Amino acid sequence: MPMFSHEARLKRQAVYDLLFRSLTRVSAFGVLALLVAIIVSLVVGSMPAIHAFGFGFLTSSDWNPVNDKFGALIPIIGTLITSGIALLIAIPVSFGIALFLTELSPRVLRRPLGIAIELLAGIPSIIYGMWGLFVFAPLFADHVEPWINKHIGTLSYIGPFFKGPPMGIGMLTAGIILAIMVIPFIASVMRDVFDVVPALLKESAYGLGATTWEVMWQVVLPYTKVGVAGGIMLGLGRALGETMAITFVIGNAHELSKSLLMPGNSISSALANEFTEAVGELYTSSLIELGLILFFITFVVLSIARYMLYKLGQREGQAA
Amino acid sequence: MDIEIIANPKITIKDLNFFYGNYRALKDINLSIAEKMVTAFIGPSGCGKSTLLRTFNRMYQLYPKQKATGEIMLDGENILDPKQDLNMLRAKIGMVFQKPTPFPMSIYDNIAFGVKLYENLSKHDMEARVEWALRKAALWGEVKDKLKQSGTGLSGGQQQRLCIARAIAVKPQVLLLDEPTSALDPISTAHIEKLIDELKEDFTIVIVTHNMQQAARISDYTAYMYLGDLIELGETSTVFTNPKRKETEDYITGRFG
Repeated sequence: MPMFSHEARLKRQAVYDLLFRSLTRVSAFGVLALLVAIIVSLVVGSMPAIHAFGFGFLTSSDWNPVNDKFGALIPIIGTLITSGIALLIAIPVSFGIALFLTELSPRVLRRPLGIAIELLAGIPSIIYGMWGLFVFAPLFADHVEPWINKHIGTLSYIGPFFKGPPMGIGMLTAGIILAIMVIPFIASVMRDVFDVVPALLKESAYGLGATTWEVMWQVVLPYTKVGVAGGIMLGLGRALGETMAITFVIGNAHELSKSLLMPGNSISSALANEFTEAVGELYTSSLIELGLILFFITFVVLSIARYMLYKLGQREGQAA
Repeated sequence: MDIEIIANPKITIKDLNFFYGNYRALKDINLSIAEKMVTAFIGPSGCGKSTLLRTFNRMYQLYPKQKATGEIMLDGENILDPKQDLNMLRAKIGMVFQKPTPFPMSIYDNIAFGVKLYENLSKHDMEARVEWALRKAALWGEVKDKLKQSGTGLSGGQQQRLCIARAIAVKPQVLLLDEPTSALDPISTAHIEKLIDELKEDFTIVIVTHNMQQAARISDYTAYMYLGDLIELGETSTVFTNPKRKETEDYITGRFG
């Protein structure tokens, strides 16, 4: 009799086990299926636009809903340029933050500062957008853009890129707001990878008489370069897809302008602004194709980031 | 304390105390390090031998709450003087650590790294300096064809000799070795020991070791430390065969520690 109940319990457990295993498997593969479904629906949705414009969609700067002529060049350029500006600002600032937090900061300040940076990452992007539009843009228009016009706008080669009416909103403003948004991400990854540098390695460099700067620049950075690059890529991924903050400050103009002070458009903000008013199959389809392009760009960037972090992990495995 | 008078001291320590926060890790240390000789610090874990070594180049200063008081005279200058230029001090006093720590760069650049901090050598002179340092560290023959390869690709023993080459490339006067063979196999250890014997022609060497046989084999003077006190310092042959203090005898005969 006791043998029997024991066996029954084992059997029941086997059934539960199978059930649980199937459940986790379904959940895991569900994510994958979802990803595929999104790609498929994007591709299907953009078919009319792909048929109508072909490869020219990527190179045309036309965006004319009245005549049903669409080209993605302006939003693509806007996305890439604002993200580029963001990285240009965010990388050195993040490096400085991470350097300070790991090497220079007094121990008591490390935790509060680290937490503050992580909190910055948690602020909803619409807040950044509002702040950008109502606080930053007017200040920028009144105090910074006139100066840029006067001093950089008059230079011979780069001048044309920095000339324009001081409106406050535009590509440069969008890039700066984006930089503020990605700094917490890049800085915290940099701090984490700097923290794993063995103390002995740093001591060896200090032991030769190197200064903090020389140690960071010539030893710590090369040692962590893969992880740092991965962090930058994660920041870039976020910058490329950021919507709300950009929509507030980029100006949303389908115009191709040399000047960074002029309004432009990015893929995500074009989508956010125009989907509600998109009438007609071709208009909608063109917007979906924009989405597909953005998906592709971020997918590539994030894959590179993952790969780099994977490489770093591999090397750490070797060292241990 | 039983301390032999050393005739030709390179470093003279007077009343040195060291604190980790409130914990006193070194207690009124007085000793001298003989010029162009090998001095070994031995003693059980936590006795302060590594701490003592790290005061010589003020490496402890990287960490807050670590503090040394007293006097460490190097050629008539007090190392602990706050006015002492740390970078110049560390150019004079090289250090090699428990584990090999090659920088993530080529073998050539590993050696050139320290030299570039102080000297502006032409390409030709730099090449000569790198070769000189690698020859001194008995590594030249093994790496001369792969100077452009990463230093991290060498074997553990080679990496440690690379670190010694890197330290001597700056032409320091004193070489501090903090358990330099503790992470190495016996053959690599033998290489390094032979090397230390050759290097003392040019450098004053201070070595911390857990391995008493190693101290007996390679050092001219031995200091035995226990719980932050210097118990005995004398010629290695005397310390190991005829120690003056009972504590030393217990330690080296294995009755303790």
